Amino acid sequence: MKRHLIAACALLALSIPAARAVEPSEVLPDPALEARAREISKDLRCLVCQNQSIDDSNADLARDLRRLVRERLVAGDGNDQVKSFLVDRYGDYVLLRPPFKSTTLLLWGGPFALLAMGAAGVAVYLRRRQGPGGSDTAPLTEDERRRLDALLKDQG
Amino acid sequence: MRRLIFVVPLLLFAGVGAAFYVGFDRDPQAIPSVLIDKPVPTFALPPLPGQSAGLSSEDLKGDVQLVNVFASWCVPCKLEHPIITRLAREQGVTVRGINYKDKPEDALNWLARNGNPYATIGADADGRAAIDWGVYGVPETFLIDRQGRIRFKQAGPLTPEVVEKQILPLVKELRKG
Repeated sequence: MKRHLIAACALLALSIPAARAVEPSEVLPDPALEARAREISKDLRCLVCQNQSIDDSNADLARDLRRLVRERLVAGDGNDQVKSFLVDRYGDYVLLRPPFKSTTLLLWGGPFALLAMGAAGVAVYLRRRQGPGGSDTAPLTEDERRRLDALLKDQG
Repeated sequence: MRRLIFVVPLLLFAGVGAAFYVGFDRDPQAIPSVLIDKPVPTFALPPLPGQSAGLSSEDLKGDVQLVNVFASWCVPCKLEHPIITRLAREQGVTVRGINYKDKPEDALNWLARNGNPYATIGADADGRAAIDWGVYGVPETFLIDRQGRIRFKQAGPLTPEVVEKQILPLVKELRKG
């Protein structure tokens, strides 16, 4: 019974076509241009849903922006020109991958700075532990040795 | 040197705490406009049928004005409409409308029912002009200075608080300059 259910679910899942927001009417006749449009669309944020690219989103504005991207490409714009056209209107926020500049320094550099700090911490720790004359590696005194021998003898 | 082990985590904690303190006060959905202090985009929109004048960039020079992007299908627009009407009628602020992706007859009906505070309205049927304004949802409102530069933007409906605390003081200041 359970196996049938799983099989039915799998079949159902397969029968649903891959969800794509791009509608057939939007697709450009030139496959090379269309491929570029798709690539650009994947990097552009849908400003309504905010965590989807315009390539994935069904929002009205996303569709308008997809059309706009295609229009600019047909008009002969380069990929970067298309993106900067939108950045001029919506700001860096429209890019899903934020650019590297002074205001995003912490964002891009932060993880590496933390890694460096961690590495420095580990290095200091290790060096100290290996360091000569550390207190925990000091040889036993004569007193201690005698006590240790006595204890061992008791145990035996 | 040894004390550093205690001081560094404390400083880190204070830093993260400060970041959260500032961060939690901000609306993560709000998108700062890049158009602030920039001239209004170049555009020219036709009027709604039966009205005499549309809206173009040229209309936005010479006086302090509000530009309000609205649509008859937009529920929050109705909410802010009395506030905009009051700004136009009582405060004497020229308000111009961009009718976003609307059916002309719906827009005209909506204005007949709710009143028309707009000096002129441009019909942006395909929403292309709105993209040039960086609009990502209606309603949105822009304050334009005498030189035709965008000085303030409100995404979402105007509230009495925004009008009192931000728009009116700015209008006063811009009218002086």
